[in-house]
Amino acid sequence: MTTLHAKTPDKPRPRSGLSKGAKEALMAYGFLSPALIILIGFTLIPVIIGFVISLSNFRVIFREWIGFDNYTRALQPDSELWPSLGATITYSLISVPLQLSLALGLALVLYQKLKGRAFFRVVMFLPYITSTVASAAVWARMFSPDLGLINAVIRAFGGVGPKWLLENKGIFTLMSQSMNLNLPDWLTGPSLAMTAVIIYTTWVFVGYDTTIFLGGLGNIPNEMYEAARIDGANAWQILKDITIPLLSPTTFFLSLVTIIGTFKAFNHIWVMTRGDNGTMTAALLTYKQMYEFQRAGYASALAFLLFTLILGVTIFQQLYGNRHTNY
Amino acid sequence: MANTYANAPQMKFKFGRVALYLILIFVGILALLPFVWMVLSSFKSFGDFINIEFSSVPSALKSFWPWPPFGTSPPEFGNYPEAIRRIDLSSTYKTLTGIPLLARQFFNTFLVAAVSVTGVLITSALAAYAFAMLEFPGKKILFVAVLAALMIPEELVLVPRVIMMYEPLSGEALASQDFIISLIPRTGWQNTYAALTIPFMASAFAIFLLRQYFMQIPKDLFDAARIDGAGHMRYLAQMMMPLAKPAFMTVGLLTFIGAWNEFKWTQLVTRDLPMRTLSVSLQNFLQTDGGAEGQLAMAVAVMIVLPIVILYLFTQQYFVEGVAKSGVK
Repeated sequence: MTTLHAKTPDKPRPRSGLSKGAKEALMAYGFLSPALIILIGFTLIPVIIGFVISLSNFRVIFREWIGFDNYTRALQPDSELWPSLGATITYSLISVPLQLSLALGLALVLYQKLKGRAFFRVVMFLPYITSTVASAAVWARMFSPDLGLINAVIRAFGGVGPKWLLENKGIFTLMSQSMNLNLPDWLTGPSLAMTAVIIYTTWVFVGYDTTIFLGGLGNIPNEMYEAARIDGANAWQILKDITIPLLSPTTFFLSLVTIIGTFKAFNHIWVMTRGDNGTMTAALLTYKQMYEFQRAGYASALAFLLFTLILGVTIFQQLYGNRHTNY
Repeated sequence: MANTYANAPQMKFKFGRVALYLILIFVGILALLPFVWMVLSSFKSFGDFINIEFSSVPSALKSFWPWPPFGTSPPEFGNYPEAIRRIDLSSTYKTLTGIPLLARQFFNTFLVAAVSVTGVLITSALAAYAFAMLEFPGKKILFVAVLAALMIPEELVLVPRVIMMYEPLSGEALASQDFIISLIPRTGWQNTYAALTIPFMASAFAIFLLRQYFMQIPKDLFDAARIDGAGHMRYLAQMMMPLAKPAFMTVGLLTFIGAWNEFKWTQLVTRDLPMRTLSVSLQNFLQTDGGAEGQLAMAVAVMIVLPIVILYLFTQQYFVEGVAKSGVK
């Protein structure tokens, strides 16, 4: 219709005076604007603002530009960033493999024809959807040295309950002390408080990881298993040569999500320890700088450093993963 | 082949089934135990709450269940009103309005979650529709903007967002301000519902997911609707949205839960207790009376967790399917 009008200009033009394409474009912009205004205004522009602020010593009000001083200060040898990065990496390196291996095992169990399987999937997912503040409060109580459930169980078996969230010493140090050994300083292991946080983290996320693994298992064609069985492969060979390699895209996706998750983890650590006793991860350090000291400039610089690190991990994983993943 | 699981690999452990069931039961108990402990604790007296003793079977049973038949205490239903009363002591809100502070915080949490869900669903459906169905100049670059927003972690923009919530500078202060700093938009939304909702009323993830869904719906359907005289708006509302219902449910539920459990942002941008949400309220309570008398904190935790658990139990297939799919791409 409209193209016809365009060719015969002396005939009356369509009401809006716009071509069909222009009308469609206007409609598209109308459809897009609410979402894009919010995303650009509250996500993309703040990235620029954050960087600008990180070049100043903004603290409640702007004072002056200080160039990259916030960054150099954060990267000083005696900066609090290094211990917090250490805590972050410890948290990540222990909880990610722990979570993923438990979840893979559970996914393999739940993939069997078992009665009540659906029920267990629902139950296991429950920790993931509940408020982390509430569940961390419950776990903090269960870890309480004198009044907690966990130490009551340990005492019942004749053990001495440790201080859990209040214990700064490393777990290897504590173990060796009970055996009267002396460990070198670099082999102290994560603090017991961090260990408790890792136990909690595992409880929250294993159900989620298992659900995603189950999705991945469902994508492996049955023909593969049948062919392997015809060739006489046993259960272990099927697992090692078919399931695990063909599951690698899922494992890759999950490890990326979980690693990033550990770098961003905040609510439960804040509630359980407030960052004390070796649990001050980089995410907590950043938040603390803003929440307790209102150091907007310094906190922004820390956020950018942490983001660079996450980006680096992601890129490394993409490069490494693409070479080692079977699609 | 009819049943997907019919040919699922059967690991032939000879001791098989029983061991697998034992593992499942053990894991199920571990997953549920903290919830059970939380609920039971919220009905205990302070004395029973701190008296946990597992040295013998009767005392262990009594530690979990201090009420008859294992113990002699009556259930302490009073923890709930007592927790509400203690939280009221932290502000003048109850005396001024007659409404318990926790009730107001409950309302805040619900309002923020409901507005976020509605906002995300509407803005994302419209944007996803434009990206999936319409042609317009700048489509590629705008989609790249959405992808960029998808990749930016919230932590990176937390601080600048807080500054954007500050009160706008008035004429004189603005004039004396550094020029670049004066360019930062300030909304003055600190301590208002606007701060808790508007920045979260759009989601790059939701746009992306819904667009994928919309693109799977055949275009012929639209041509047919067009002949029947339907415009884009009607087609979206009456055809696309019902067809993409599972995607909408997943997005809506995940947004609701995210908003219900949100903590960091609310703690930073709210100042007055009557503007805060349940998570922040519980965290504050743990620092005061709730820390000393855990059974009261457990009562508050139950009140926070219960609505989400009920919602989850009614809608769990959307969660489990949505999450399982998100891993497969």
